[in-house]
Amino acid sequence: MAIEVRIPTILRTYTGGEKAVTGEGATLSEVIDHLEDNHPGIKGRLIEAKDGEGDLRRFVNVYVNDEDVRFTGGLGTSVSDGDQVVVLPAVAGGCGSTRARHTAQWAQTATL
Amino acid sequence: MLKIDQATYDAIVAHAKQDHPDEACGVVAGPEGSDRPGRFVPMVNAARSPTFYEFDPVDLLGLYKDMDARGEEPVVVYHSHTATEAYPSRTDIGLASEPNAHYVLVSTREHGNSAGPVEFRSYRIIDGEVTEEEVSVVDEARSQA
Repeated sequence: MAIEVRIPTILRTYTGGEKAVTGEGATLSEVIDHLEDNHPGIKGRLIEAKDGEGDLRRFVNVYVNDEDVRFTGGLGTSVSDGDQVVVLPAVAGGCGSTRARHTAQWAQTATL
Repeated sequence: MLKIDQATYDAIVAHAKQDHPDEACGVVAGPEGSDRPGRFVPMVNAARSPTFYEFDPVDLLGLYKDMDARGEEPVVVYHSHTATEAYPSRTDIGLASEPNAHYVLVSTREHGNSAGPVEFRSYRIIDGEVTEEEVSVVDEARSQA
Protein backbone atom coordinates (compact mmCIF):
# COMPACT_ATOMS: atom_id res chain seq x y z
CA MET A 1 0.00 0.00 0.00
CA ALA A 2 1.34 3.42 -0.91
CA ILE A 3 1.19 6.13 1.71
CA GLU A 4 2.63 9.60 1.30
CA VAL A 5 4.84 10.58 4.23
CA ARG A 6 5.70 14.30 4.51
CA ILE A 7 9.14 14.87 6.01
CA PRO A 8 10.04 18.06 7.94
CA THR A 9 13.15 20.04 6.97
CA ILE A 10 15.21 18.83 9.92
CA LEU A 11 14.71 15.15 8.99
CA ARG A 12 15.40 15.56 5.27
CA THR A 13 19.02 14.64 5.89
CA TYR A 14 17.65 11.09 6.16
CA THR A 15 15.67 11.26 2.91
CA GLY A 16 18.28 12.77 0.63
CA GLY A 17 16.51 16.12 0.83
CA GLU A 18 13.12 14.74 -0.22
CA LYS A 19 10.11 16.55 1.25
CA ALA A 20 7.91 13.50 0.85
CA VAL A 21 8.59 9.80 0.57
CA THR A 22 6.42 6.76 -0.03
CA GLY A 23 5.56 4.58 2.91
CA GLU A 24 3.97 1.19 3.32
CA GLY A 25 2.13 -0.53 6.12
CA ALA A 26 -1.23 -1.07 7.76
CA THR A 27 -0.46 0.93 10.89
CA LEU A 28 1.63 3.99 11.65
CA SER A 29 4.09 1.74 13.44
CA GLU A 30 4.57 -0.33 10.28
CA VAL A 31 4.94 2.78 8.15
CA ILE A 32 7.72 4.01 10.46
CA ASP A 33 9.46 0.61 10.32
CA HIS A 34 9.28 0.76 6.54
CA LEU A 35 10.70 4.30 6.61
CA GLU A 36 13.57 3.06 8.76
CA ASP A 37 14.35 0.32 6.20
CA ASN A 38 14.79 2.94 3.48
CA HIS A 39 16.14 5.81 5.60
CA PRO A 40 18.13 4.31 8.48
CA GLY A 41 18.19 6.43 11.62
CA ILE A 42 14.91 8.23 11.07
CA LYS A 43 12.93 5.98 13.43
CA GLY A 44 15.00 7.03 16.42
CA ARG A 45 14.09 10.64 15.76
CA LEU A 46 10.38 9.83 15.93
CA ILE A 47 10.15 7.15 18.58
CA GLU A 48 11.62 6.68 22.03
CA ALA A 49 11.42 3.90 24.57
CA LYS A 50 8.76 4.44 27.23
CA ASP A 51 8.26 1.72 29.83
CA GLY A 52 10.04 -0.74 27.60
CA GLU A 53 7.87 0.01 24.59
CA GLY A 54 8.29 2.36 21.69
CA ASP A 55 6.16 5.48 21.71
CA LEU A 56 6.13 8.71 19.76
CA ARG A 57 8.47 11.32 21.14
CA ARG A 58 6.77 14.01 23.16
CA PHE A 59 7.86 16.80 20.82
CA VAL A 60 7.10 15.09 17.54
CA ASN A 61 3.65 15.51 16.03
CA VAL A 62 2.34 12.99 13.54
CA TYR A 63 -0.90 13.41 11.64
CA VAL A 64 -2.72 10.86 9.51
CA ASN A 65 -5.07 12.60 7.08
CA ASP A 66 -4.82 15.76 9.22
CA GLU A 67 -5.73 13.97 12.46
CA ASP A 68 -3.22 14.13 15.32
CA VAL A 69 -2.45 10.45 15.95
CA ARG A 70 -2.39 11.05 19.72
CA PHE A 71 -6.18 10.99 19.44
CA THR A 72 -6.49 8.12 16.97
CA GLY A 73 -4.47 5.34 18.58
CA GLY A 74 -0.89 6.58 18.39
CA LEU A 75 1.51 4.18 16.70
CA GLY A 76 -1.38 1.72 16.26
CA THR A 77 -3.34 4.16 14.09
CA SER A 78 -4.56 2.39 10.95
CA VAL A 79 -3.43 3.65 7.61
CA SER A 80 -4.41 2.59 4.13
CA ASP A 81 -3.57 3.19 0.53
CA GLY A 82 -3.72 6.84 -0.41
CA ASP A 83 -3.46 8.15 3.14
CA GLN A 84 -1.12 10.98 3.98
CA VAL A 85 1.15 10.99 7.01
CA VAL A 86 2.61 14.34 8.08
CA VAL A 87 5.51 14.56 10.55
CA LEU A 88 6.11 17.92 12.25
CA PRO A 89 8.42 18.62 15.16
CA ALA A 90 6.72 20.69 17.84
CA VAL A 91 7.53 24.38 17.77
CA ALA A 92 8.14 24.82 21.45
CA GLY A 93 10.55 26.12 24.05
CA GLY A 94 10.57 28.68 26.78
CA CYS A 95 12.69 30.16 29.50
CA GLY A 96 12.73 26.72 31.04
CA SER A 97 11.19 25.53 34.27
CA THR A 98 12.62 22.43 35.90
CA ARG A 99 9.33 20.74 35.04
CA ALA A 100 9.97 21.08 31.33
CA ARG A 101 13.65 20.32 31.35
CA HIS A 102 13.61 16.53 31.52
CA THR A 103 11.52 16.20 28.36
CA ALA A 104 12.97 19.16 26.57
CA GLN A 105 14.84 17.47 23.78
CA TRP A 106 13.01 16.08 20.86
CA ALA A 107 16.07 15.07 18.90
CA GLN A 108 18.24 13.33 21.42
CA THR A 109 20.20 10.22 20.60
CA ALA A 110 18.10 7.35 19.40
CA THR A 111 17.02 4.96 22.08
CA LEU A 112 15.52 2.29 19.86
CA MET B 1 22.07 38.78 9.99
CA LEU B 2 18.31 39.07 10.33
CA LYS B 3 16.77 41.74 8.13
CA ILE B 4 13.26 42.56 9.26
CA ASP B 5 10.94 45.43 8.42
CA GLN B 6 9.78 47.87 11.06
CA ALA B 7 6.09 46.86 10.91
CA THR B 8 6.87 43.19 11.51
CA TYR B 9 9.33 44.06 14.28
CA ASP B 10 6.66 46.19 15.94
CA ALA B 11 4.05 43.42 15.56
CA ILE B 12 6.29 40.89 17.31
CA VAL B 13 6.99 43.32 20.17
CA ALA B 14 3.28 44.17 20.50
CA HIS B 15 2.37 40.48 20.67
CA ALA B 16 5.00 39.84 23.35
CA LYS B 17 3.76 42.78 25.45
CA GLN B 18 0.13 41.78 25.02
CA ASP B 19 0.65 38.21 26.23
CA HIS B 20 2.98 39.12 29.11
CA PRO B 21 3.39 37.51 31.68
CA ASP B 22 2.82 34.42 29.52
CA GLU B 23 5.23 33.71 26.72
CA ALA B 24 4.07 34.78 23.28
CA CYS B 25 5.07 32.90 20.12
CA GLY B 26 4.69 32.87 16.38
CA VAL B 27 6.45 32.87 13.05
CA VAL B 28 7.16 35.22 10.20
CA ALA B 29 6.85 33.24 7.00
CA GLY B 30 8.59 34.08 3.77
CA PRO B 31 9.20 32.57 0.34
CA GLU B 32 11.27 29.39 0.63
CA GLY B 33 14.98 30.11 0.29
CA SER B 34 14.45 33.90 0.24
CA ASP B 35 15.45 34.62 3.85
CA ARG B 36 12.86 37.43 3.71
CA PRO B 37 10.40 37.44 6.61
CA GLY B 38 7.19 38.82 5.10
CA ARG B 39 4.03 37.31 6.54
CA PHE B 40 3.53 37.80 10.28
CA VAL B 41 1.67 34.87 11.87
CA PRO B 42 1.09 35.15 15.62
CA MET B 43 0.33 31.77 17.19
CA VAL B 44 -1.51 30.79 20.34
CA ASN B 45 0.75 29.51 23.11
CA ALA B 46 -1.09 26.28 23.89
CA ALA B 47 0.88 26.01 27.14
CA ARG B 48 -0.35 29.47 28.30
CA SER B 49 2.65 29.61 30.57
CA PRO B 50 5.18 32.18 31.75
CA THR B 51 7.98 29.61 31.33
CA PHE B 52 7.01 27.51 28.31
CA TYR B 53 5.49 27.85 24.88
CA GLU B 54 4.22 25.36 22.37
CA PHE B 55 2.22 25.87 19.19
CA ASP B 56 -1.09 24.02 19.41
CA PRO B 57 -0.68 20.81 17.34
CA VAL B 58 -3.77 21.53 15.24
CA ASP B 59 -2.67 25.11 14.55
CA LEU B 60 0.82 23.83 13.79
CA LEU B 61 -0.47 21.53 11.05
CA GLY B 62 -2.63 24.34 9.63
CA LEU B 63 0.34 26.70 9.61
CA TYR B 64 2.62 24.27 7.79
CA LYS B 65 -0.02 23.28 5.24
CA ASP B 66 -0.66 26.96 4.57
CA MET B 67 3.05 27.73 4.18
CA ASP B 68 3.44 24.69 1.94
CA ALA B 69 0.61 25.86 -0.32
CA ARG B 70 2.21 29.31 -0.58
CA GLY B 71 5.76 28.02 -1.13
CA GLU B 72 6.85 29.51 2.18
CA GLU B 73 8.95 28.48 5.14
CA PRO B 74 9.25 29.89 8.66
CA VAL B 75 11.96 32.52 8.19
CA VAL B 76 11.56 33.73 11.77
CA VAL B 77 10.38 31.71 14.76
CA TYR B 78 9.83 34.08 17.66
CA HIS B 79 8.89 33.83 21.31
CA SER B 80 9.18 35.90 24.43
CA HIS B 81 10.85 35.41 27.76
CA THR B 82 8.93 37.30 30.40
CA ALA B 83 11.24 37.14 33.41
CA THR B 84 14.65 36.36 31.92
CA GLU B 85 16.95 37.71 29.25
CA ALA B 86 16.35 37.31 25.52
CA TYR B 87 18.78 34.44 25.19
CA PRO B 88 17.87 30.84 24.22
CA SER B 89 17.34 28.62 27.23
CA ARG B 90 18.39 24.98 27.32
CA THR B 91 14.79 24.14 26.48
CA ASP B 92 14.87 26.46 23.48
CA ILE B 93 18.09 24.93 22.24
CA GLY B 94 16.97 21.34 22.78
CA LEU B 95 13.71 21.87 20.91
CA ALA B 96 14.89 24.06 18.06
CA SER B 97 13.91 22.15 14.95
CA GLU B 98 14.07 24.65 12.09
CA PRO B 99 17.69 24.82 10.94
CA ASN B 100 16.88 27.54 8.38
CA ALA B 101 15.03 29.84 10.79
CA HIS B 102 16.12 32.93 12.64
CA TYR B 103 15.11 32.36 16.25
CA VAL B 104 13.99 35.71 17.64
CA LEU B 105 13.72 36.21 21.38
CA VAL B 106 12.03 39.19 22.97
CA SER B 107 12.31 39.84 26.68
CA THR B 108 9.47 41.72 28.31
CA ARG B 109 10.95 41.49 31.81
CA GLU B 110 11.63 45.26 32.02
CA HIS B 111 8.25 46.76 31.17
CA GLY B 112 5.79 43.86 30.93
CA ASN B 113 2.56 44.95 29.24
CA SER B 114 3.54 48.63 29.36
CA ALA B 115 5.21 50.79 26.78
CA GLY B 116 8.97 50.87 26.89
CA PRO B 117 11.91 49.22 25.20
CA VAL B 118 12.35 45.46 25.03
CA GLU B 119 15.32 43.26 24.36
CA PHE B 120 14.96 41.95 20.78
CA ARG B 121 17.68 39.50 19.71
CA SER B 122 18.10 36.91 17.00
CA TYR B 123 19.95 33.60 16.83
CA ARG B 124 20.66 30.64 14.65
CA ILE B 125 20.23 27.37 16.53
CA ILE B 126 21.64 24.39 14.66
CA ASP B 127 22.48 21.01 16.18
CA GLY B 128 22.42 22.49 19.65
CA GLU B 129 24.78 25.32 18.75
CA VAL B 130 23.63 28.92 19.28
CA THR B 131 25.00 31.77 17.20
CA GLU B 132 23.74 35.28 17.86
CA GLU B 133 23.34 37.50 14.82
CA GLU B 134 22.80 41.16 14.13
CA VAL B 135 19.24 42.43 13.72
CA SER B 136 18.76 45.03 11.01
CA VAL B 137 15.38 46.78 11.07
CA VAL B 138 14.57 48.15 7.65
CA ASP B 139 11.90 50.70 6.93
CA GLU B 140 9.74 49.16 4.27
CA ALA B 141 6.12 48.20 4.00
CA ARG B 142 5.26 44.74 5.26
CA SER B 143 4.05 42.59 2.44
CA GLN B 144 0.52 41.58 3.22
CA ALA B 145 -0.40 38.16 1.96
